Amino acid sequence: MKILVCITHVPDTTSKIQFTADNTKFDTTGVQFIIGPYDDYALARAVELRDQTGGKLTVLNVGEAETEPTLRKALAIGADEAIRVNSNPKDSFFVAKQIAHYAKEGGYDLILMGRESIDFNGGMVHGMVGELLNMPSFSPVMKLEVDGNLVKMAREIEGGKELLEASLPLIAGCQEPIAEWKIPNMRGIMSARTKPLNVVEVVSDETQAEATNYQLPPAKGSVKLVDKDNVEELVRLLKNEAKVL
Amino acid sequence: MSILVYIEHSEGKVKKTSLEAVAFAKALSQQTGEGDVVAVALGTVSNDELAAVGGAGATKVLHAEDSRLDAGVIQAHASAVAQAFQKEQSKTLVLAKSSLGDAVAARLAIKLDAGLVSNVVELPKTNGEYLVKRSIYTGKAFAETKVTTDHKILAIKKNAIDLKLDDSKATVESFAVNLSDSDFASKITSTERATGEVLLPEADIVVSGGRGLKGPENWGMIEDMAKILGAATGCSKPVSDIGWRPHHEHVGQTGVKVAPSLYIAIGISGAIQHLAGVNSSKCIVVINKDPEAPFFKAADYGIVGDAFEVVPKLNEALKAEL
Ligand SMILES: Cc1cc2nc3c(=O)[nH]c(=O)nc-3n(C[C@H](O)[C@H](O)[C@H](O)COP(=O)(O)OP(=O)(O)OC[C@H]3O[C@@H](n4cnc5c(N)ncnc54)[C@H](O)[C@@H]3O)c2cc1C
Ligand SMILES: Nc1ncnc2c1ncn2[C@@H]1O[C@H](COP(=O)(O)O)[C@@H](O)[C@H]1O
Repeated sequence: MKILVCITHVPDTTSKIQFTADNTKFDTTGVQFIIGPYDDYALARAVELRDQTGGKLTVLNVGEAETEPTLRKALAIGADEAIRVNSNPKDSFFVAKQIAHYAKEGGYDLILMGRESIDFNGGMVHGMVGELLNMPSFSPVMKLEVDGNLVKMAREIEGGKELLEASLPLIAGCQEPIAEWKIPNMRGIMSARTKPLNVVEVVSDETQAEATNYQLPPAKGSVKLVDKDNVEELVRLLKNEAKVL
Repeated sequence: MSILVYIEHSEGKVKKTSLEAVAFAKALSQQTGEGDVVAVALGTVSNDELAAVGGAGATKVLHAEDSRLDAGVIQAHASAVAQAFQKEQSKTLVLAKSSLGDAVAARLAIKLDAGLVSNVVELPKTNGEYLVKRSIYTGKAFAETKVTTDHKILAIKKNAIDLKLDDSKATVESFAVNLSDSDFASKITSTERATGEVLLPEADIVVSGGRGLKGPENWGMIEDMAKILGAATGCSKPVSDIGWRPHHEHVGQTGVKVAPSLYIAIGISGAIQHLAGVNSSKCIVVINKDPEAPFFKAADYGIVGDAFEVVPKLNEALKAEL
């Protein structure tokens, strides 16, 4: 089976989010970048499936040169090769166009992504690629088993889940508990250095909805503490001051 | 011309978040002069229930009664909504963010050649450039987004608008959709959904428990509080990882993002990944025995104390007051 996993290069979940002075760019000072946590679930499941069925696992990122360490990490975790589409990801549509092109070229049986990126949280790229390639797309997928051509999935819905069946090829946006995050081992890290990382060019420059500037939410006031022996006071505050009861 | 709203229903009722989407579309149409608000509903749901969508601002509801659409088959729903959009010659589609809504909206963005903005938090600016404010970095920031396409899709976040309902009724018109076998290429074989409970992503009040509660057998007092308040229950990630609570209750960066008016966190430390899922709440109450727990920094009100002592007392006080 040929599997493609699309990964984002995003600030660590503990990062302090800040923007440069004119509020037009993310401030990367002191920020550690990681594989998006949902993409990491997708990658972990893809490694398991590749090991189970054989074949080849490719990871792809639309990003500039600084994302290569993140792609190398994906290779260390177990991907066989990496593709970097050399451009700043301008918006979801732009990213989806690039992925759709290279996914078609590669003829993958299964395309896994994260349920959403944790920078822009769109949760849109998988569906867009699905429509562009006329392939079914599912998200958020919390279980995915492949049996020949048949794929059995569980998709999370509000307050529960639905069980689904579809045939390959398809696209899934993944979330836990689809697999456990994998940590690269020494052998993985060594072999990642020599695995192919191909840089390719963008195929379309079209965008539809680009961010133009950023804002931070207003700072939170300090907490009002209520004594543990006076819980009635808390109820009163919630009712009369916060007006949320 | 009209603004189209994709509305969802479950257990025979139109979702509150979908009514918010209708109210949002109504306010938008008043701003842009895009005409009436028309909703589209798919699958089996009563005429009375759909007519009541008028109370949020829709003048008409297109109802595709095809029972194959009862299940949320993503491609089929996308095809049906695209047909409604073309029939109404709309330029704008509004919908509420949800598990199905997100998946459908992404496909529609391509079908309709429409710029899609998700996590929209307020009405766009439409004088000159079309600028939409959306929440990013899991609620830690906002981005102003310029939409350059003629067609637009806005997926709105909970609380993007104040919902006020009146008694107006919408006319319900049946709407024949053309669906092919390929729209139903995937099959939903079964659905497991909590019934009768308040659903977490849509809840107005959420009561959440963390590892501080020691074990699943101690959730009775959390459920009691939820019952008294008409709230949904949530939990931290480790709690669902160890199986104390179902996965769909897990709140945070990698779980459900909630935006209630009141979030009560009990025995949760307040790790940054948990906070990422709750920072859109209007008011946060924290109960934790450790005064240094980071959650207190994000809270509006707090009690430093043992949950096993405080929560039963608080439940009594709430019962007395409500
Ligand atoms: C990439 C990534 C993503 C993550 N995503 C999420 C996410 O989406 N959601 C999430 O929740 N976590 C997430 N986490 C995990 C997160 O970092 C924390 O580990 C987790 O939130 C801690 O859960 P907790 O507060 O329940 O447990 P703990 O950190 O163990 O805290 C328990 C708290 O209970 C208090 N306590 C103990 N006994 C009592 C008592 N008797 N009465 C009152 N208080 C008591 C303690 O003082 C403590 O503050 C993520 C982590 C990573 C790395
Ligand atoms: N720049 C990118 N490069 C590769 N994959 C991406 C990129 N942006 C988004 N994706 C994939 O699409 C998923 C959904 O992203 P989003 O729609 O931005 O929330 C992510 O989890 C990734 O799997």
